[in-house]
Amino acid sequence: MTGFLTLYRRELALAWGKGGGALLACAFYACIAALVPLAVGSDPQRLGVVGPGVAWIALALSTLLSLERLYERDYEDGTLDLLALGPIPLEAVALAKGLAQWTAGGLPLAVAAPLAALLLGGTPAALPLTFAAALIGGLGFAFVGSMGAALALGAKRGGVLIAVVVLPLFCPPVIFGAGALEAFTAGMNWLPGLAFLTAYSLAAVALTPFAAAAAVRNALS
Amino acid sequence: MFGLANPQKFMDATRRLPAVLGVVTVGLFAAGIWLSFTAPEDYQQGDTVRIMFVHVPASWLALMVYSVLGGCSFFALVFRHSLADAAARAAAPLGAAFTLLALVTGSLWGRPMWGTWWEWDARLTSVLVLFLFYLGYMALRASIDDEQKAGRAAAVLALVGLVNLPIIRFSVDWWNTLHQPASVLRMGKPTMTADLLTPLLVMGLAYMALFFTLWIVSIHAEIRQRRANALALKAAGNA
Repeated sequence: MTGFLTLYRRELALAWGKGGGALLACAFYACIAALVPLAVGSDPQRLGVVGPGVAWIALALSTLLSLERLYERDYEDGTLDLLALGPIPLEAVALAKGLAQWTAGGLPLAVAAPLAALLLGGTPAALPLTFAAALIGGLGFAFVGSMGAALALGAKRGGVLIAVVVLPLFCPPVIFGAGALEAFTAGMNWLPGLAFLTAYSLAAVALTPFAAAAAVRNALS
Repeated sequence: MFGLANPQKFMDATRRLPAVLGVVTVGLFAAGIWLSFTAPEDYQQGDTVRIMFVHVPASWLALMVYSVLGGCSFFALVFRHSLADAAARAAAPLGAAFTLLALVTGSLWGRPMWGTWWEWDARLTSVLVLFLFYLGYMALRASIDDEQKAGRAAAVLALVGLVNLPIIRFSVDWWNTLHQPASVLRMGKPTMTADLLTPLLVMGLAYMALFFTLWIVSIHAEIRQRRANALALKAAGNA
């Protein structure tokens, strides 16, 4: 357990430290949010219709940014070999990496999400739900994304590859999260969407570490 | 079954299979196309109903090939059969082609029937995502240099996709009911009559035979390619 915590803290420090992508992802998110009104027009009514959905997609895309280095840096400098030899199973390593990815990248994005939703014509009443959906969805994004990063180990052009591999898997959380937000704005029952989103994220936490560990073993073999 | 897992035995056992299957394919297609054009017009859809005979089997195959891909990936990953890996690799582009065919013919059918080339209907959307899965699989395979590693990473992805496809299907259905499509005429199937069902089934068999023919041919090609690579390496080593 202490090993797991140490690993988690290390991942967190790396993500927040120099060259980490956490703040970069937030900046990227802000840039996309700023481009949306330029593309669809600043009319509040129009923006209010597409805004929350686009903000949600921007969130999904922003989580992709910091994935490329997640496994690749440890693969290049040999840390991954050491981790594979160590007492902690690779599944737990994948879990620690996913959790750190979520805390370092998903949390700031979840804080930024209500802000962006507000700028894009979301109603203030929806802000708590926006935050909750971004936080819960970010968990699923982080874990599925880190699995994609592990699969792309040793590939040429890893970054784009991760996006191509992972984005189809992002369909359900995008649907559920945006669906919950939309249902809320329309005054309908938003709970099913949020519940499905939570279910997807938890399933991702439970299952993707195994796939990621298999991918890492394969890359190291 | 596992006796055939040896590539050489598989090659020997299936040497004549592509030719035989090819003849069967041509026969089935001839019968299927003949039946398709002699089938009576649909009372609602007129002649456009014939697009169904091209479109529906393609979407069956799109799903079937993905399950074949998933099965091969499982065997390649768990039992490390190189033949299963070759089979998975050979199946992916074929599956992508059938999926693309299903999408394109669906779009061509949608134009006269629904009045639009594309409708974000649950079925269309999930087939589109299936197509993206095939692309992701092939992209991952293509971008890792080491053949073995590429095969195993892609196999993991294929299995993840197998778990995810039902979830995606469910989520897309859920999304679709949320949005209440206004214009889509549900695919008008007043319980299909036998004179439409027979050509459809024959065409389905023809597509399947076509897939197996092309699949076995490309597995052979893949095995030969690997041998050629091994020989080239050996020759380079001896030089």
